[in-house]
Amino acid sequence: MREIHEFTLDELRHLFSPRAQTGETMVLNMGPQHPSTHGVLRLIVELDGEIVVNCVPDIGYLHTGIEKNMESKTYQKAEVMTDRMDYLFTIGNNLAYSLALEKLTGLQPPPRADAVRVILTELSRIQSHLIWIGTSSLDLAAMSVFLYAFREREMILDIFELVSGQRMMTTYIRPGGLWRDVPAEFDGMVRKFLDYLPRRLDEYEALLTKNPLFLDRTRGIGKIDTATCLQWNVTGPVLRATGLAHDIRKSNPYSGIEQYDFNIPTETSGDIYARYKVRVAEMRESLKIIRQALDKMPYGPVRDNNRKYVPPPRSEIGVSMEALIHHFKLWTEGFTPPPGAVYTPVESPRGELGAFLESNGGPKPYRIHFRTPSIPLLQALPLMAKGHFVADLVGIIGSIDIVLGDTDR
Amino acid sequence: MGIEQKAANLGVVTTTLEQAINWSRTNSMWPMLFGLACCAIEMMAAQGASYDMSRFGMELMRASPRQSDLMIVAGRVSQKMAPVLRNLYDQMPDPKWVIALGDCASCGGVFNNYAILQGVDEVVPVDVYIAGCPPRPEGLINGIVMLHNKVKAEKLPTWK
Amino acid sequence: MDSQFLPIVQSCTEKFGAKASEFRGEVTLLIPAEKIVEACRTLRDDFAFDMLSVETAVDYYPQTEPRFHIVYILYSTITHSFLNLRAPVGGADPEIDTVETVWPSANWREREIWDLFGIRFKGHSDLRRIMMPPNWEGHPLRKDYPLGYEEVEFTFNYKEISLQKPRGQR
Repeated sequence: MREIHEFTLDELRHLFSPRAQTGETMVLNMGPQHPSTHGVLRLIVELDGEIVVNCVPDIGYLHTGIEKNMESKTYQKAEVMTDRMDYLFTIGNNLAYSLALEKLTGLQPPPRADAVRVILTELSRIQSHLIWIGTSSLDLAAMSVFLYAFREREMILDIFELVSGQRMMTTYIRPGGLWRDVPAEFDGMVRKFLDYLPRRLDEYEALLTKNPLFLDRTRGIGKIDTATCLQWNVTGPVLRATGLAHDIRKSNPYSGIEQYDFNIPTETSGDIYARYKVRVAEMRESLKIIRQALDKMPYGPVRDNNRKYVPPPRSEIGVSMEALIHHFKLWTEGFTPPPGAVYTPVESPRGELGAFLESNGGPKPYRIHFRTPSIPLLQALPLMAKGHFVADLVGIIGSIDIVLGDTDR
Repeated sequence: MGIEQKAANLGVVTTTLEQAINWSRTNSMWPMLFGLACCAIEMMAAQGASYDMSRFGMELMRASPRQSDLMIVAGRVSQKMAPVLRNLYDQMPDPKWVIALGDCASCGGVFNNYAILQGVDEVVPVDVYIAGCPPRPEGLINGIVMLHNKVKAEKLPTWK
Repeated sequence: MDSQFLPIVQSCTEKFGAKASEFRGEVTLLIPAEKIVEACRTLRDDFAFDMLSVETAVDYYPQTEPRFHIVYILYSTITHSFLNLRAPVGGADPEIDTVETVWPSANWREREIWDLFGIRFKGHSDLRRIMMPPNWEGHPLRKDYPLGYEEVEFTFNYKEISLQKPRGQR
């Protein structure tokens, strides 16, 4: 076990203002463990009294070496590790990886698989926004929203458990389609959830939207404008709260999402309140998409037929020799996509989540890299926090909705 | 705990004293907020309304190690975080217990590589290991009940 | 190739000596490392590629010339299209110019490439390690760096593994 390497102010001289050298401002450490529930983020803040002059994020406390570890596993086994990166949007990580493999190998998931993928992705988006509203309100001391949000989230996790057996790390979306078809109760459970949530969202809005305490703590705080967002590659609700209606689901659609009718909510002020309004509106839009996808869901297979990449169903293995051989080859050696590099982006609740996959014709990924949305958001944090109080800094970190597993991978 | 150590062999008196103090320790154990990764979300869900942990005395999680007596290591511990973990453990006052929640804290989990400690017991002594990736909130509650049973069986001479 | 890319490819091939290729509908330009900052500035100003989505590196280890390719993926919010750029970098003491002056978001990405691959960026404002501890030796994502795999423990090798591991004491 290594010793803690403590930075001296000299080493970080280029990051802080000259006033820190003379001692006029204080340089403090908001360490990797702190009361706000956002994971292991370390901030070194320079304070003039209570006002933040500069804040320097220090990440890497959750670095897992996922990219290097995936290089030593076959494509099928490596998918398990993708769930654990952005652990609040687990379905989306699987989706980004599967879309990259499908683009590389030319697989085509059937329409029923696409519809179920859209439903699960939107449910996962709602679940992530519920955690966001719970934890960011907890940071601003509205504790009851936390308990309500986690109660709603349990309903979504019940749906995931019905479909795949696991509450969070499902690995249900696989290259070629899905792992297996959804059970018969899926339709009923999702519809029950769709009827239940809008009233609950109204309750959250009644608690927060016109609350004078909430307005005081969020209006005008943490502003950022569109040009800065584009320069710093900030995407997702933070960009939409500044006025630009940019959403990967509309601009580079995937999984047949262009057949559903939905809007992109935007606001113009770019502060914490605008981001809150954008996310609550997004939850309502996701409910619309799920309802349309459920109504239009076609019958059919859920996996592509290409046996070189997609395993055969278990029922076929007992009767067909080719199915047995394909199953054997896929499980021992793994499949070998053609050499080349692809990049597929997906819209995650934080921004653009993309998988860059380069293959050299072997059974293991040669280089896989995930473009995660939390890195640019955290890089832009010092711009948003300059000149605000320390208590506002906590509110701003809550509003940008970072996940440290995403940042450090 | 000087007097109790010296009076350890007084038979009936010390048995009831042990039971009383162990009972009070289990029913008001305060966990320290040490959620690192995915298991932290299941810990928060266990704290929530459906799987209530406040019925075990863990109403709130103290962020300060000086005011807590249980450290639930929830999530994967990387090389950069390991000395921080040990530092926080050292700052907790006795008596203290550690629960390793999840596969990554127990044995390194899915990640067998350069960046993750293969089990948090390389750094701190662990009392209860809970398996799962992530374990269900009921699994966490099972682990806590197991820890309570372990604490209730502690005897005077071996008190921490 | 999509028609909107033809003027871009032509302009880059003339000015910077780029080689264009296409795979699965994505256009890739291979640009020599000395001209990368100029090329990025032209693409941002003249062709409206306003966001740098991805900046990462690939290590082709046993091959030393070039050993690394630095991959940039640019995005345009106006035409909604992606463009890949690759810059080959040699193996011994690899160095390339930073594009931080063109897009500020490249700051942390280049720190990550320095940390995990060991490629220096000339002119970077703050080149320190970001993911690994500051006194770590080596660059983990290179192909000749070992994975750090620990043997799985069974009953027959329990003594060699479990008893040799360090254990935390109170």
